[in-house]
Amino acid sequence: MFVYSDNAATTKMSKTAMDTMFSMLEEVYGNPSSLHTAGQTARERLEEARKTVADCLNADEREIYFTSGGSEADNQAIISAAKAGERKGKKHIISTKIEHHAVLHTLERLEKQGFEVTLLDVGRDGIVKVPDLEAAIRPDTALVTVMFANNEIGTIQPVAEIGNICRSKGIIFHTDAVQAAGHLHIDVKAMNIDMLSLSAHKFHGPKGVGALYARKGTALTSIIDGGAQERGKRAGTENVPAIVSMAAAFKEACGNIDKNAGYVIAMRDRLIAGLEKIPHSVVNGDRENRLPNNVNMCFEGIEGESLLLMLDAKGIEASSGSACTSGSLDPSHVLLALGLPHEVAHGSLRLSLSEYNTPEEMDYIIEKVPGIIEYLRNMSPVWEELESGRREHFID
Amino acid sequence: MLYSEKVMDHFQNPRNVGKMEDADGVGEVGNAKCGDIMKMYIKVDDEGIISDVKFNTFGCGSAIATSSIATEMIMGKRIEEALTLSNKAVVEALDGLPANKLHCSVLAEEAVKAAVKDYYDKRGIAYDEKLFAPGGGSCCETPLDDCELRPEDIHIKPARQ
Repeated sequence: MFVYSDNAATTKMSKTAMDTMFSMLEEVYGNPSSLHTAGQTARERLEEARKTVADCLNADEREIYFTSGGSEADNQAIISAAKAGERKGKKHIISTKIEHHAVLHTLERLEKQGFEVTLLDVGRDGIVKVPDLEAAIRPDTALVTVMFANNEIGTIQPVAEIGNICRSKGIIFHTDAVQAAGHLHIDVKAMNIDMLSLSAHKFHGPKGVGALYARKGTALTSIIDGGAQERGKRAGTENVPAIVSMAAAFKEACGNIDKNAGYVIAMRDRLIAGLEKIPHSVVNGDRENRLPNNVNMCFEGIEGESLLLMLDAKGIEASSGSACTSGSLDPSHVLLALGLPHEVAHGSLRLSLSEYNTPEEMDYIIEKVPGIIEYLRNMSPVWEELESGRREHFID
Repeated sequence: MLYSEKVMDHFQNPRNVGKMEDADGVGEVGNAKCGDIMKMYIKVDDEGIISDVKFNTFGCGSAIATSSIATEMIMGKRIEEALTLSNKAVVEALDGLPANKLHCSVLAEEAVKAAVKDYYDKRGIAYDEKLFAPGGGSCCETPLDDCELRPEDIHIKPARQ
């Protein structure tokens, strides 16, 4: 059996998205900036896509800027809010310890430029505490950026509450909604969101395309200079086929949020129930306020990369927050923020599902994982220490 | 694939995996915090030849593969010969390792040395301390920059990407 369960990394394109992309590539090749008919046809399709994306977020189409993806949107949103704050002498930014690196690394860069950044802790449940956020707000706070839902542990953050607080204090609120868009209901007006980033390939659209929502009146700084595309805020000929395909995928995903969530949550919970039976395992992140598709667990005494390689050999494709898979020497900053010790964080497994998965696939995963864990534990000196009592179990 | 076929073979079919109750020398290196620990057991006969080797490893695919091939490389060898096993030889025998995994080969070399040192200590055999100078070890404490082997030092078939 082959099970693709790494949908938080990327998703397979939907038939709708692919058909749209193919027909665009074939038929609509004009440059939207050209005055001739081919160009204007492309322009029309581009603006239709903008309206579609705006409608899914309850935004106005003039508030949507197309980007190369979530990372670019995050960068532009944060840099824009920082520059706007700086002009008013506000150089303090609030974010969280569990943000994506597209946010964290942008903030690090701003710190070097003299901005002060407060990164909020999260609880053991992986959720930001609103009172902590309120306490961190200062007169010079220019921006609050808190992700909508976490990419590793799937926890959904109290976005509407944060939006409300920020709006009442006149602070710009940005949310990285890359994992949430197309999977959770988003209403930028009701949630008082000033800026929002999304990426097409997380909801069965193409890679390399995304969007930034910026509420009317929010000053945007261009980070790619050149032509006057995207109302002068993002130079470069628009990736029209990808943008139109993204809009089709987004519309499809948003129209099926409840239906997909019901189906995917049932699989998620089935998977968690099955894998939780493995001794000394733990589910990372809150079980309720959680993306429908996210399973993230730690298994004591093993290392995640070897688990992934063994799962791959069985046809199961997943992800881990171990150092070996992160390309750094430390395990996932998100798992560490939950208070997990390094050695436990190394033994993490993320399975992220989609509506293309089946309950049978969940049973297959449940059948294969315990044997692999047992095999790896049997050759693990850490497990030997845990079992002999020389090392204390962190997970009961 | 991130790893060479050799690495995958040793990861998927590790040689000499297990524990040894009556080992003559046991060496453990690495740190669970960093995500890799290797434990090497050796049995040494009266002639000073390594007659059996076993290993247990907590770590990534390359940590398991380097442990496995290191056991093969010292099996049946004289103890002095085992001490000459270098991390570079381990990397070469595996047809290369990705740059960020080179520290695993250092761990394998050190696990062998630690087992031999334990054997010397248990038998009361005198040895030159310099042979067991603390080396690279687990690279979360000793960043790759300090490892003996640099990616540019390797002029062998690279791991397939």
